[in-house]
Amino acid sequence: MLEMLKAVTLHNGLVFAFAFIGVIMLMSQQLSRTLTFGRVHGSAIAILIGLGLAYWGGIETGGSKGLADVKIFAGVGLMGGAMFRDFAIVSTAFEVHAEEAARAGVVGFVALFIGTIVPFIIGASIAYAFGYTDAIAMTTIGAGAVTYIVGPVTGAAIGASSDLMALSIATGVIKAICVMVFTPVAAKFMRLQTPRAAMVFGGLAGTVSGVTAGLAATDRALVPYGALTATFHTGLGCLMCPSVLYLAVKAIFG
Amino acid sequence: MNTIIIGTAMLALCHLTGLFLGDVLGWAIGARANVGGVGIAMLMLVLIRLYMVKKGILGKKFEEGVNYWGAMYIPVVVAMAAQQNVVAALRGGHVALLAAVVTFTSCFCIISFMNRMESKESIEKGMAVIKDKEH
Repeated sequence: MLEMLKAVTLHNGLVFAFAFIGVIMLMSQQLSRTLTFGRVHGSAIAILIGLGLAYWGGIETGGSKGLADVKIFAGVGLMGGAMFRDFAIVSTAFEVHAEEAARAGVVGFVALFIGTIVPFIIGASIAYAFGYTDAIAMTTIGAGAVTYIVGPVTGAAIGASSDLMALSIATGVIKAICVMVFTPVAAKFMRLQTPRAAMVFGGLAGTVSGVTAGLAATDRALVPYGALTATFHTGLGCLMCPSVLYLAVKAIFG
Repeated sequence: MNTIIIGTAMLALCHLTGLFLGDVLGWAIGARANVGGVGIAMLMLVLIRLYMVKKGILGKKFEEGVNYWGAMYIPVVVAMAAQQNVVAALRGGHVALLAAVVTFTSCFCIISFMNRMESKESIEKGMAVIKDKEH
């Protein structure tokens, strides 16, 4: 009996994921209501549970994809993978108030540039402070501070070693997780309440995963605006880090 | 036109076209990555919706075919959180941790600064739009 149940679950990974994530959402809503009296958003709790499960999956399997590396939860990998994620994000465009988005276009664009340059400078400076004084190492770690995809793309382009790449990916992943967890906490401080504010946030906080999860946990209605700018973040980083920014670091530090 | 699958198909078409254009754009400017593919797809969908509203051909079923996926957004994000490489992040060491924490706190401060510059009138307008979507 148990074998048959396991087989059905394994053969219907995505469907099982729908059921499993549904249970997590239900639990989170209950916890939000009973433990925090609605003060902490149900989705914020669900995302924390997700991160916790990812940690468990990583320890259990030694893999890099969290819970999705556990065989029975492979469907979670598909459900939360880039394809479904992007599909769901694109669909939120139907909620976009075009006038509001256009009004914040310029400031969103400015935010994107600051959101690439500032993390890069901070990442590279901290790398320097810890003894990574050559241009390649500083650039790779700085790029990782932009997003965890910009890091390895940049590293590969300028010929960084694999442990440097791992370090830069780790930097980007920690940043993304921090954004996921602390966005709802700091929402008031950041004045995250309007479409314009969400677009500034999307441009500056970087990484689609961090921004969209952070906004989801704060106010679902803000998501499409943040996504609109955040999706340009990785592209801009991959454009600037291995080129202009690398050359700048090289010119200054040799 | 007014069926669920046509709505979903339109969404899919925008998704694919946007990602394709993002790849082409990335290739053209030498970024070795997709540049804003999802954003381009979203802009296309915004324009298509505006056009259909103007023509009066935006049906309820069509909208449902798109909005279902919008409603699935948060569960998908939870599934995404469940496959982050949390173990590697926690084992990243001092450099990674410090770089990440200083970066995100600095960015949050800049965001706060930039958002405090938003005019009162703009905030009122923006909040009205958001409140409208919540109900």
